Amino acid sequence: MSEQSTSQPTRLNGGQALILSLEMEGVEVVFGYPGGAILPVYDPIIDSKIRHVLVRHEQGAGHAAEGYAHVTGKPGVCMVTSGPAATNIVTPLADAYLDSVPMVCITGQVALPAIGTDAFQECDTTGITRSITKHNMLVTRAEDIPRAVHEAFHIATTGRPGPVLIDVPKDIVDANNPNAYFDFTYPPDIDLPGYAPAAAPSPTSVDAAVEEMMKAERPVLYVGGGVLKSRGAEVLRRLAEMGNIPVVTTLMARGAFPDSHELCLGMPGMHGNYTAVTAMQRSDLLVAMGSRFDDRVTGKVGAFAPEAKIIHVDIDPAEHGKVRRPDVSVVGDCRVAMEAMVAKLEAKGGSKAFADHTPWRRQLSGWQEKYPLTYQPSAPDELLKPQQVVESLRDACPADTIVSSGVGQHQMWTSQYWRFDHPYTWVNSGGLGTMGFSIPAAIGAKTAFPDRMVWAVDGDGCFQMTGQELITASVERIPIKVALLNNAYLGMVRQWQELFYEERYSEVYLSHEMPDYVKWAESMGCVAFRVEDPSEVDVTIAKANEIDDRPVVVEFRCHSDEKVYPMVPAGGSNDDILVDPSQRGDAE
Amino acid sequence: MTDNTPHRTIVVLVENKAGVLARVADLFARRGYNIISLAVAPTHDDRFSRLTIVVDVESVPLDQIVKQLFKLVNVVEIAELSPSESVERELMMATIKAPQETRGQIIEIVDIFEGKILAVSPDHLTVSLDGRPSKLDDFESLIDAYSIVELQRSGRIALPKIGRDVPRLRAIV
Ligand SMILES: Cc1ncc(C[n+]2csc(CCOP(=O)(O)OP(=O)(O)O)c2C)c(N)n1
Ligand SMILES: [Mg+2]
Repeated sequence: MSEQSTSQPTRLNGGQALILSLEMEGVEVVFGYPGGAILPVYDPIIDSKIRHVLVRHEQGAGHAAEGYAHVTGKPGVCMVTSGPAATNIVTPLADAYLDSVPMVCITGQVALPAIGTDAFQECDTTGITRSITKHNMLVTRAEDIPRAVHEAFHIATTGRPGPVLIDVPKDIVDANNPNAYFDFTYPPDIDLPGYAPAAAPSPTSVDAAVEEMMKAERPVLYVGGGVLKSRGAEVLRRLAEMGNIPVVTTLMARGAFPDSHELCLGMPGMHGNYTAVTAMQRSDLLVAMGSRFDDRVTGKVGAFAPEAKIIHVDIDPAEHGKVRRPDVSVVGDCRVAMEAMVAKLEAKGGSKAFADHTPWRRQLSGWQEKYPLTYQPSAPDELLKPQQVVESLRDACPADTIVSSGVGQHQMWTSQYWRFDHPYTWVNSGGLGTMGFSIPAAIGAKTAFPDRMVWAVDGDGCFQMTGQELITASVERIPIKVALLNNAYLGMVRQWQELFYEERYSEVYLSHEMPDYVKWAESMGCVAFRVEDPSEVDVTIAKANEIDDRPVVVEFRCHSDEKVYPMVPAGGSNDDILVDPSQRGDAE
Repeated sequence: MTDNTPHRTIVVLVENKAGVLARVADLFARRGYNIISLAVAPTHDDRFSRLTIVVDVESVPLDQIVKQLFKLVNVVEIAELSPSESVERELMMATIKAPQETRGQIIEIVDIFEGKILAVSPDHLTVSLDGRPSKLDDFESLIDAYSIVELQRSGRIALPKIGRDVPRLRAIV
């Protein structure tokens, strides 16, 4: 990259070159797990300033890299060996692919002459990961390593971000192989003739979008993860305020617009709140900003937002028209697009350029008043209500707290009841819905911001999938906190069985007794608490928040039969939204 | 054979790198797109290969196929070749049962279509034929009456007519 390094070659082996290349890309931390094929790359790590975090399972390395990327916007880096390690990291790759998380994954591979022979710990890593990476490559010469790394970081971070995998055969990084040595230079350029991510959106498309926005009477900004990826939260706020346009933030976009802002309607979708869901259904213009008409947002596509014209802003051309044909297509970076829109609208008179949205806003406020998110708080001796726990936690934590979650009911309650007022404070597996995401992702986030509070809100099912990463957290001194909403069930699956399978509970009961989470957490070096009585919630959270030298696990014993509402039954129309039972009977 | 389903012909220029064909094939399989025929070979510039793909556009619009293909890092350029703007050729080889009684008729058909006889045995003929895909279709339906033992078509390849501007498809809508 720098003048000096390109002009003064040093003789390195492939392993050293790989680590130096990571340094050249500014990598601070690698989450990884060593093994046979990647051994030669682990040796130079000892001499590198890059921090290596040794996870306890390769899946943890991948999710930690994702957590790091979610909160920093920088690519997360993970490194594992061949065969079973590569297959263990398939889940995080798929997760990062669906949520457009910039990530670079390095896998060891058997030596070149052994490839294709079913050698020990050989698997076709590039073949297996082809459809779940933005790009992947098998490097076959040591001297190609710097270019491969440089291109991987470029591809992972530009355009629509995503995971890129580099598969590295053992012989080309082997210090004992004379052919693995070359004069290291870092390529100053990128040579990818087929890779040209969309640049700035065309002015005509921006003009057309602005025209529609000025005419709309019931507009909604339907904000997705692309706004966060483009670092567009600030200009989004200017656009929304100027146009007096209500905003919904999808599961991937929580925090992109402040929940406490009067224009914020919160989360739409299957477990979105009534107003967010219904606003989209009744809207005459949806401005889809870095969102992708995911089925969990649209419900039955044919019945989704039937009266709305669509402006679709997205950097990935393939998202335009994939699910719903837009009336105006703006291909490009969301932030750049919104800046252009704001400039254009300002020239047309700013707020005065828009139609009057007061009646629309009034209608929305009416819905908000009538159908707020709600639950029945627990009586004094009852087990805890998970929603109540999330609210208590929210109120006890600093505003810049980072929250991650697993997948299930606890995830939806966290997204619903936390107050996301800042971008990059919510770390979550949206597209793939990966149980076990929260703890390793929290580790990645805390590694990036050691001074900020990081809470993982986890389910008992999820905790049992990746809980062992708390050992990583203890040993590496990454003091995350875990709020374990223990309902003794695979709660979300149980909810579906209750509602759609006539309460036939098939294989969803975990256990009320096992494991003993407090003992387990303590054995992993954590401070652990168990809370069973509503009166202990606040004090225990306060105690947990005091501790900052070790990970903390608080097990909250929760009701098993609590359900996430509202709910749009899978495949149903958003118009058939089920609100909380206490609000039913007089739905419009 | 290709005439029943709505189809379009695209030419995809890709970097000549390991696994590129697999990437393209995977993409079609994963997203449920259908390939009717596919021909691949390096171009005059050996950094690139050219794929001529006849795609089924019955269930998915060409536009979505093209945009998804562009997301592959190794795909450099995509152009659509409409039949009126391009010259198309395809090669066919077939081994046909040709006993004494029907041999003359088969040879006559091959002659009419300007095909070649490549190999002969007492009971069989191997013939080859090139031309526009529709011509091959016609030939195939005629010789079908004579028991085809084996038949292989190359898949079509195409180039734009000289002087015609082929629309370079772009992923940017
Ligand atoms: C790896 C994985 N396996 C299975 C599922 C299906 N699934 C979705 S939510 C859920 C239950 C999660 O249980 P728990 O972690 O206890 O959370 P709860 O719903 O009880 O809050 C399951 C099994 C999944 N999303 N991910
Ligand atoms: Mg549970």
